[in-house]
Parts: sequence; C-alpha cells; structure tokens
Amino acid sequence: MLFEGTPFELNRIMILRLVVVALLILVFWLGTRKMQLVPGRFQGAVEMGLDLVRVNIAEDLLGKKDGRRFLPLLTTIFFLVLFMNLTGIIPGINIAGTSVIGLPLVLAIASYIAFIYAGLRKHPGAFLRNALFPPGVPWPLYIIVTPIEFVSMFILRPITLTLRLLMNMVVGHLLLVLFFSASAFFMTDLGGGWILAGVGTQVFGIAFTFFEILVAVLQAYVFTLLTAVYLQLALAEEH
Amino acid sequence: MLDALTIAAEETVNPLLPAWYDIVYSIIPFLLVLLVFWKVVLPRMQKTLDERSAKIEGGIKQAETAQAEAKAALEEYNKLLAEARAEASKIREQARVDGGAILAELKEQANAEAARITATAQQQIEAERQAALVSLRAEVGSLALDLASGVIGESLADDKRATAMVDRFLADLESSEKAAK
Repeated sequence: MLFEGTPFELNRIMILRLVVVALLILVFWLGTRKMQLVPGRFQGAVEMGLDLVRVNIAEDLLGKKDGRRFLPLLTTIFFLVLFMNLTGIIPGINIAGTSVIGLPLVLAIASYIAFIYAGLRKHPGAFLRNALFPPGVPWPLYIIVTPIEFVSMFILRPITLTLRLLMNMVVGHLLLVLFFSASAFFMTDLGGGWILAGVGTQVFGIAFTFFEILVAVLQAYVFTLLTAVYLQLALAEEH
Repeated sequence: MLDALTIAAEETVNPLLPAWYDIVYSIIPFLLVLLVFWKVVLPRMQKTLDERSAKIEGGIKQAETAQAEAKAALEEYNKLLAEARAEASKIREQARVDGGAILAELKEQANAEAARITATAQQQIEAERQAALVSLRAEVGSLALDLASGVIGESLADDKRATAMVDRFLADLESSEKAAK
C-alpha cells in the first residue's frame, strides 16, 4: 500500500475510487465536449443521464430556479454514487467504492450541509424555529414534537443516508462473496454430489449480480432523491 | 472483502468508524466530480439546452417574419397588379379613342378624296361631253349637208341658209333634250 500509515494511504478500494472518478470525469467531459443541437448517440446517452437528475429529481422537486441552483450537488451525488456502486459487480473489481463508510458519510454530510444552508439562506432566523417548533401545533405538544423533530432532522437524516447506502453495498457484496465462495467450495473442495449444490449457488450468485445492478441504480437514485426532498422541505414556505 | 473481513477481525476495526484515508479519498473524489459537473459539464449542458430552445423560438419567430414578409410582398404584388391593370385599361381606352379619331380622320380624308375625284370626273365628263357635243355638232351638220347634197344632187355646203337650218335643228334637238332631262 502506498503512503501506508498516513492519511493518504492508498489501498485497493481507494485506488478504485480514484480510477472511477477519473472515468466518470472522462465520460462526462467527452460526452459534453462538442455539444450538438441534434445529439449523437454518445451525447444523447450522456444527456439522458443528466436529464434524469435535472428533470426527474431537481426540477420536479425543487422547481426550475432552485432546481438549477442545487443541480451540481444533486448531479454529483447521483453519478458518484452510481459509478461507485457499479464497481461492485464489475468482474475483477467486485467491490463497490461506496462499501466503505467514508464516501457515503461524506456525501451525507454534503447533503446535510446543503439543506441546512438552503434553509438558513431562504428563511434566516425562521428556519430553525419552524423546523423545531412547527407552527400550528399547540405549545404543550412541543415537549414531544421538538425533540422528535430535532432528532429526525438533524441526527437521523445524515445517519440514515449513510447507513442505507453503505449497508446495501456491503450486504450486496457479502451475498455475492457468499454465493461465489460457496460455489468454489462445493465444486472444488467437496466435489461429487456437491457439485450440484455448487451449480445452484452459482446460479444464485449470477442472479444476485443482476439484482445488484438494480440496487446500484436504485440507491443512487434514492440518495439523490432524499437530498432533493430535504432541500425542498428546507426551502418550503411553511414547515 | 474476505481480506477486509479478516483484517477487520484481526485489528477489530469498526466498519462504522471511518479511517482518515477513507475520508480523504472520499472528499477528493466528491470535490473533483462536483467541480467538473459544476464548472464544466452542467454549464455546457445548460448552454445546449438554451441554444436548443433559442433555436426553436428563433425558428418560430423566423417563420412568423417570413410569413409577414410574404404577406407584404403579396400585397405589394397585388397593388402593382392593380396598378398595371388600371394602366393597361387606360392605355387601351386611349388607344380606342385615338383609333376612333384616326379612323374618323381617315374616313373624312377618304370622303374628301372621293368627292374630289367624283368632282374631277364629272368635270372631265362634262368637258368631254361639251367637246363631243361641239365636234358632233360640226360632224352631224356636215354629214347632214353631205347627205342632203347627195339627195338633191348639188352642193349645199356653201349655202348659208342650209347651215342656219342645221344649226336651228340642232338647237331644237338640244332644247328638247334638256326639256326631257
């Protein structure tokens, strides 16, 4: 490992992350290098991906103006998570860049900072009060409501964002490892009748590999969507 | 991952506590990708989208302008056409009037010419008639005298009475002819 023992220690997953980032930047750099009014195939695909975030998440939830403001963050989160997730099922890599807590945590914190910033910017002073003491609630209920609101908004949101993504990726990885190492064990170490069981676990392993593609896309979408929802709630006139 | 698990087991690393390098190599990719999307990819995309909508709006506007121009051109054309028609009909009218005048003039000239020719012819006829009359008178007188000389067997040519009688006869003839007319 490079730089072992320093904060720049490079292990397999960290190298993988840097490679994925390079790839991601390359794809979008090239995909938008010579923009045509009538897009070709590659540009069309890149535009379709960007439009998924822009239209279906940002503009849908935040509207045109705020949607455009937070589009860089949302697009970054979506594609970074997506690309990092997909390495989990690429043969030879087989581990998601998001299956170590650092990246989910950093993205969750980015999302957390973004929605608090958005709220404070839009309703200076009123944001925290409205968030913790929702207007229209009889004051004795604040004894219950305020701690719940505080915990759900300022503690649980980043934690759930982080853990949802991390655990999905870790569990997916563990499942695949389990299936494929079981296959290897049944087929080579035990042999005989066990080969049949090995075939079964192999089939399941392949099926779950496809399932992991779905999970990768879904988790990227969910992470981005929730960030947009938090932003929307922070920007809303009434809380 | 098996490696990671064994490492985790050996070093009892809590997977929920991030290592420093993990945070570092999460922030760097995040910032890099954010920067690229923010400063490069999304502005390019936005530019294309703007261009696209501008193109569509421009196309609509252009079509409207073209239509207005075509309409103006059509009106201009119609106006010119109407003017040309009016001009043509004016010219035609003028031509008809001129033609009529020319025709009338020609007719008059022809009539005058005809009258002149007729008059000349009449005068000529009259003159010839007079000439014929004079020569006839002389001829007829001498013929009659010759005939009468033949009949009575002697010359009456030198007879003054005979000549006077012939003249009287002819004058009678002439007067009776005039009366018949």
